[in-house]
Amino acid sequence: MTKKFTKDHEWVQVDGDVATIGVTDFAQSQLGDVVFVELPEAGRELAQGKEAAVVESVKAASDVYAPVSGTVVEANQALVDDPSMVNSAAEGEGWFFKIQLKDASELDALMDEAAYKAFVEESH
Amino acid sequence: MRYLPLTEADRQSMLEAVRATSVEDLFRDVPKSARLAGPIGGLPNHMGELEVERLLGSMAAKNMPAGSVPSFLGAGAYRHHVPATVDHLVQRGEFLTAYTPYQPEVSQGTLQVLFEFQTQVALLTGMDVANASMYDGATSCAEAVMMANRITRRKKAILSGGLHPHYRDVTTTDARFIGFEAVALPAAPTGGEDLLALVDDKTACVVVQNPDVFGHVRDYTDLAAACQAKGALLIVVVTEALSLGLLTPPGDMGADIVAAEGQSFGNALNFGGPYVGLFTVKDKYVRQMPGRLCGETVDADGRRGFVLTLSTREQHIRREKATSNICTNSGLCALAFSIHVSLLGEAGITQLAQLNHAKAVQMADKLAAVPGVEVLNDGFFNEFTAKLPKPAAAVVEELAKRRILGGVPVSRLYPGEMEDLLLVAVTETNTDADMDAFAAALTEVLA
Amino acid sequence: MSMNNQGRPSAIPAGAVSFDGVTGTVTGNRGLQIEEPLIFEQDSAGRTGVDLPDVPKVASRLGAVKPRAKVGLPGLAEPQVVRHYTRLSQKNYAIDSGFYPLGSCTMKHNPRLNEKMARLPGFSDVHPLQPVSTVQGALELMDQLAHWLKTLTGMAAVTLAPAAGAHGEMCGIMAIRAAHEAKGDSGRTKILVPESAHGTNPATAAACGYSVDSIPATADGRVDLEALKAKLGPDVAGLMLTNPNTCGLFERDIVEIADAVHEAGGYFYCDGANFNAIVGRVRPADLGIDVMHINLHKTFSTPHGGGGPGSGPVVFAESLAPYIPVPYVTHGKDGFALVENAGDGLAFGRMKAFHGQMGMFVRALSYMLSHGADGLWQASGDAVLNANYVMARLEDMMTASFEGPCMHECLFDDRFLKGTGVTTLDMAKALIDEGFHPMTMYFPLVVHGALLIEPTETESKASLDQFVEALRALAERAKSGDVAYFQAAPRLTPRRRLDETAAARKPVLRWTPPVVAEAVAAE
Repeated sequence: MTKKFTKDHEWVQVDGDVATIGVTDFAQSQLGDVVFVELPEAGRELAQGKEAAVVESVKAASDVYAPVSGTVVEANQALVDDPSMVNSAAEGEGWFFKIQLKDASELDALMDEAAYKAFVEESH
Repeated sequence: MRYLPLTEADRQSMLEAVRATSVEDLFRDVPKSARLAGPIGGLPNHMGELEVERLLGSMAAKNMPAGSVPSFLGAGAYRHHVPATVDHLVQRGEFLTAYTPYQPEVSQGTLQVLFEFQTQVALLTGMDVANASMYDGATSCAEAVMMANRITRRKKAILSGGLHPHYRDVTTTDARFIGFEAVALPAAPTGGEDLLALVDDKTACVVVQNPDVFGHVRDYTDLAAACQAKGALLIVVVTEALSLGLLTPPGDMGADIVAAEGQSFGNALNFGGPYVGLFTVKDKYVRQMPGRLCGETVDADGRRGFVLTLSTREQHIRREKATSNICTNSGLCALAFSIHVSLLGEAGITQLAQLNHAKAVQMADKLAAVPGVEVLNDGFFNEFTAKLPKPAAAVVEELAKRRILGGVPVSRLYPGEMEDLLLVAVTETNTDADMDAFAAALTEVLA
Repeated sequence: MSMNNQGRPSAIPAGAVSFDGVTGTVTGNRGLQIEEPLIFEQDSAGRTGVDLPDVPKVASRLGAVKPRAKVGLPGLAEPQVVRHYTRLSQKNYAIDSGFYPLGSCTMKHNPRLNEKMARLPGFSDVHPLQPVSTVQGALELMDQLAHWLKTLTGMAAVTLAPAAGAHGEMCGIMAIRAAHEAKGDSGRTKILVPESAHGTNPATAAACGYSVDSIPATADGRVDLEALKAKLGPDVAGLMLTNPNTCGLFERDIVEIADAVHEAGGYFYCDGANFNAIVGRVRPADLGIDVMHINLHKTFSTPHGGGGPGSGPVVFAESLAPYIPVPYVTHGKDGFALVENAGDGLAFGRMKAFHGQMGMFVRALSYMLSHGADGLWQASGDAVLNANYVMARLEDMMTASFEGPCMHECLFDDRFLKGTGVTTLDMAKALIDEGFHPMTMYFPLVVHGALLIEPTETESKASLDQFVEALRALAERAKSGDVAYFQAAPRLTPRRRLDETAAARKPVLRWTPPVVAEAVAAE
């Protein structure tokens, strides 16, 4: 199980050929109280770097991009019902959606945890 | 100048404080070639109140106020009696001169009004949720179509031939520039459209009007269900909001979105504006709605209060991804609407709607008795279409010379078409004498 | 020792019961601040605030549709309705009662003469579809307003149709698109918009099917001319620029900007939201602008009304003049005529049900006539002087984002609050307790924690001095580390800070009858 990060503050955790995707704890701290999420429906094809979901706080709306290409297999319905889970458990229960990986090599270009930490510290 | 509080002494001391030699000096970033040397040419200098009143008063005097003569005009704008209370309250400076309620602690008045307005509009249309108003009914209609496009991810709208042609034109103008398809059916003065046959898997919505532009009242229950079965939404347009006091509301017929004109309540004719667009939807579509929304919450002390909410849909946050670019709405017109509806209440609104309908029935009978005139409607609310033996536009001009505003010629709305048709609207403001005068004058003009 | 037990007690008795945990009063009212329930909570069945004639007894003719059973509206008598709205009004801040330093919103005095004129029956009681022969005065008024707007901007044509500023933007961008299409030029897919733009600009461009390309600002708060030139090309339909810009600065390079845009075959759209700074002194046409909307509810004093109605006429240079929406007024052989249908002309369509916001046209013309050419010259001069004065009086205590002179508004950022724990929002909320409406906050986005102040020309020096003193004292207090004071503000308003998170998470957007509400809760 490897966990990777993007510069747009998404995390992706791979288990076999299924990747679980969410936004990072740093991202939720910048967003403030999350009030709404819009997730992709199962079966939707996502291309790497394209808009996949929306996360909204009272004063901001952000797009969540697909860190890797693939087909959506599941969206986190519990998160739709209780968007505050993004704030309480961004990198756990507050995951957004799972996709069936199309090209695992796309993961290679993403950051590991240490690199992401350094990236956040450097740019903020 | 009566609107400028700075004195010459103030200006001098302020210029010293800002270390400038003159006011002109503060404009030094403007390219010299574009700076005027003094007050602009070609316009008069300032005037006192008296002079302005005289000048504008003389222009106003060249018009024929609808209330000064028997008047039967409708077609999307209706002359109703507005209680004195409405304009008195609307002119309170705390409403009139307040800004948009983005700072809720200093705007609870406007916000509570909007919350009540939203509730009144939702109740009247029989829908779940209303927004805090749009510019007018026509822009509401176009926004409803774009919202249906977003919800269904389809890009075709079918516009009934009973839809007000100005509403149709605003929608097709948006279609051209925003990039969706709007299929407008030919005018249908006697109905008989098969809208459902045009619904395919690319159709986002069907737009109908009730009562339609020719005054026909229809039940769209079956159409709503059939559209939804094909994955399309039904949008119902209402141009005479008072009809909602009497007729089965669009929500009960299964409409997905209602786009209406609210001018009939609290707002004067104003030669076409400002009016107030009403916009209501089913609960599940709230986040795709355009425009401002007011919601209930609590303050730091736990007391009930109101705020603008779900604003992430809007342009000031989403910028190029907003659901609409709408910013300003019709706040004060919505307030006038709300006060009038509050005064009417359940009993008043029902009686007022019945009164309008009964008077229209009487007028229809009187006109049908004029030789050569035929009333085309079986069912109507307070407006109907009459077929004349002569071109309606010329008849209306003749009637105006006799100081009667005798309806809207259909050809005004559809140039070159249906020249013998006349739209006649009747409201509580029309007396029996008005109606008799109209029938008599029409008899004379047609003779 | 004798005790005088008569007269007013001098201290609050120890045992005073706080009936209402917040206000200490039984009713929850606080003197002149009176609590007011929803209109729906004051219902009594059958009661009404109108007396109507009896309904004539005729057979109804509703066709296939049944009369509805009930609407569900509450019944109140007239005195209750009057009191309801009067009490609600007293919970609002308003330009009539105080100063609104709202940047880019131009909250100036709303003259009551304008209201009186708009209510003349010859304007207010005229139907939009009356025979043209009966509305010659209304058309004359529209024609006069058009003349003023064209003269003040130096432009060739104007449409009065758009209902508000954002609606005017749509109209302007549609005209640009129509003009490119008429030339057969379909390769232009982009609109350039500076980072500092008002949110409606990118929203409008995107709504009209253009992609939005953002232009960076220079260190002195203006458009980066070189960056702009680098982005211009055959794929650019036009530029949308606010001038004076949203940092309150005049774009010094505007003529070069216009030339560059034109050279690349694009059109130059100017957002006229800040026209108040230059009205009567600078004509936008002389700056190379092709199309601009004008907010009558900003520059020309028509009331904001708690969020509308506005009015957003659009002026066009010769190049775009044929591409306007219907309707418009022309001079015919029998007086004024109204063109309501595009016919074979180049008019691109229709924006609104009827002829535009007539009620606002009357108010705006009433304002223009009152000021005249000389008054407008003085008004824009005073607006700019007032803003520079506020900036000069605050720049030692707060951090101005850019060097002046500014135009009609001045921009500060939150560097002066660094390390204090106090935010821009906190400052604004504390300002409310001092009796002022907050300034525009967190806009424009190009500086951190923006505080944008626009005094307008209708504030007196005394009013500005009081505002400046209040802000200086608050800045001092923030720097002294009194964070708690700010976080609890406002304290003196009808409601304190409201829970916007709760409102957005579980939206309650209408009143529901208690019975239904209980049933829903029980589900």
